[in-house]
Amino acid sequence: MPAVQETVERVKRIDVDQYRYGFETLIESDKAPKGLSEETVKFISQKKNEPDWMLQWRLEAYRRWLTMQEPTWARVDYPKIDFQDLYYYAAPKPKKTVSSLDEIDPEILKTYEKLGIPLREVAMLEGVEPKPGEEDPARRKIAVDAVFDSVSVATTFKAELKKAGVIFMPISEAIREHPELVQKYLGSVVPTSDNFYATLNSAVFSDGSFVYVPPGVRCPMELSTYFRINERNTGQFERTLIIADKGSYVSYLEGCTAPQRDENQLHAAVVELVALDDAEIKYSTVQNWYPGNSEGKGGIYNFVTKRGDCRGANSKISWTQVETGSAITWKYPSCILRGDNSRGEFYSIAISNGYQQVDSGTKMIHLGKNTSSRIISKGIAAGKSQNTYRGLVTAHRKATGARNFTACDSLLIGDKCGAHTVPYIEAKNSSATFEHEATTSKISEDVLFYCIQRGLSQEEAVGLVVNGFVKDVLQQLPMEFAVEAQKLISISLEGSVG
Amino acid sequence: MALLEVKDLKVRVEEREILHGLTLTVNEGEVHAIMGPNGSGKSTLSHVIAGKPGYEVTDGEILFRGEDLLEMSPDERAAKGVFLAFQYPVEIPGVTTMNFLRTALNAQRKARGESELMVPDFLKKVREVSKSLNIPQDMLKRGVNVGFSGGEKKRNEVLQMALFEPSLCILDEMDSGLDIDALRIAADGVNALRSPGRAMVVITHYQRLLNYIVPDVVHVMSRGRVVKSGGKELALELEASGYAQFEDAA
Repeated sequence: MPAVQETVERVKRIDVDQYRYGFETLIESDKAPKGLSEETVKFISQKKNEPDWMLQWRLEAYRRWLTMQEPTWARVDYPKIDFQDLYYYAAPKPKKTVSSLDEIDPEILKTYEKLGIPLREVAMLEGVEPKPGEEDPARRKIAVDAVFDSVSVATTFKAELKKAGVIFMPISEAIREHPELVQKYLGSVVPTSDNFYATLNSAVFSDGSFVYVPPGVRCPMELSTYFRINERNTGQFERTLIIADKGSYVSYLEGCTAPQRDENQLHAAVVELVALDDAEIKYSTVQNWYPGNSEGKGGIYNFVTKRGDCRGANSKISWTQVETGSAITWKYPSCILRGDNSRGEFYSIAISNGYQQVDSGTKMIHLGKNTSSRIISKGIAAGKSQNTYRGLVTAHRKATGARNFTACDSLLIGDKCGAHTVPYIEAKNSSATFEHEATTSKISEDVLFYCIQRGLSQEEAVGLVVNGFVKDVLQQLPMEFAVEAQKLISISLEGSVG
Repeated sequence: MALLEVKDLKVRVEEREILHGLTLTVNEGEVHAIMGPNGSGKSTLSHVIAGKPGYEVTDGEILFRGEDLLEMSPDERAAKGVFLAFQYPVEIPGVTTMNFLRTALNAQRKARGESELMVPDFLKKVREVSKSLNIPQDMLKRGVNVGFSGGEKKRNEVLQMALFEPSLCILDEMDSGLDIDALRIAADGVNALRSPGRAMVVITHYQRLLNYIVPDVVHVMSRGRVVKSGGKELALELEASGYAQFEDAA
């Protein structure tokens, strides 16, 4: 059987067992009553002990949401979501008030252990063998905020970060402890009225991470948040806000997984980044939500609004994403290049297999002078999946000297999948320079046979070719994540090659 | 026991029979040349031995050290020591040659139940071999065959042959696309790999290559069969008189 044909055959047999994070943690939880109403919003706000301004902000968003329509322009197809049939808040029931890690429910600790996320303050990935000449990753520290359903269960290295002046805490805590910062920046990049899902998130968001890096500080370690959906019929609505003050730098990573279930679950997050003068934010995502089973049953609806505002001159925001999970992905991490000479980057690897649908891309909005942006997107479609890149690059009238370079490459495995590229380019001044390159190719039978003749199994051959295809983007990830992502890419395609 | 025994092999591609009962025996240490005009089935034979998808074997067998080769997947065959040097080596963007060599070598070793080669040993070996083949180090850092000249691609094939130490090397039209200097370098590399424990099957159109890689046995193929076998002088005879005389024999 020709190799590609065989690949296609194997795709058909894709098994849910390949999703390694599909287990469920049995633990009692505290839930909001089912459905969405002002009462639900009040319930969440009360659970979080929020000040009144926060409640009012949520209620305003909720009222606005009632008037909005679900967007339908994306190239994804799913049955209508009944928003009254969801739980909007679920938190593990604490045995008592938790003041240290030892008091966290051991079931939750075990969950993170199983997922390979260190909640004790040890260096990450100690088992990884460093390549010759490379820095030993075990010596690098990573601070972790772990969000379980609707609440943050642990944040590590808080004390050490505090010494550097960096605030890294659950956003629910930040609302209470740093209201001045939250009030100033929350909703300043993604307004409550932005879009259907962002508005919904504004009304019911439960937790997420908050980061503030003071002027001139280079954050001494990588920060990361690990999101886990556990509860049934529950949406996860996290909210992340990162502010890099003048001349500061921070690198932030997020990872996500969920149990395998037959029903679809909604994840509607909002992430806002603000970079002031000369500041830089590097935001990396490895998204591995449960993608659904071989018949396309179950899986996460990942409807996410991520946006960065290069508010200051010479600021820089860089998004890197590796998207392998979710039944449906609707996600466009974007940059508003407001400050003069600011720079936005978007590096993306989006892999779809089985019945997954991906509609993802970015928006680069050039407002300031001499702003520049770069988009490198690698889409890989296998099985019966649909993979769309959707991007907008726009230069406003005053954005003289704006520059963009875009390269969108798609790789198809088999003949039942689709890759689509939908670029929008608008230049409102004549000095803008926009370049767009796009390619679509099929994984070649000859290339696979060459690798297999040299001793690689078919699966290894596809993994190698795909990893070569996405190399430019993998290089953008922090090293610890690159190793993980490389493995994840091979795992995600396991279904496509048996 | 012969290293390779092809017995009465019949092969089809999309309903059309290409090999009509081909028989060939190759012993360890021997170098066989297979010559023949376009469309005689030379490349089909090499592909079927290596296990390329798309060919249907309708009759006959291929034994490798007495084992049924047709029962093995192509990667199993590679691990057992079957190496095919491609006529047109493919490009693999984003995968450095060095990474490719290491991944492939370790995959073969793993399949044989051997431990992975230590990095320093591997690097030492690669350096030695690439030096003898006139392969610059920076070529090893580039994507597999990406932007390589014809000569570089063929030398890269010989490099892999030297690293993987196969017991059967099939060279498919190694001379195609090479100028005389490039041919000489590649052929020298191949000659250095001749050994009592290794056999080679050199598939070629022209006698020219056989001036550099001198065979022990020459076979003439025509219309899907071996129609004549002899010593190295048979190649010279062909060069003088052409393939036409064999067209009738088939």
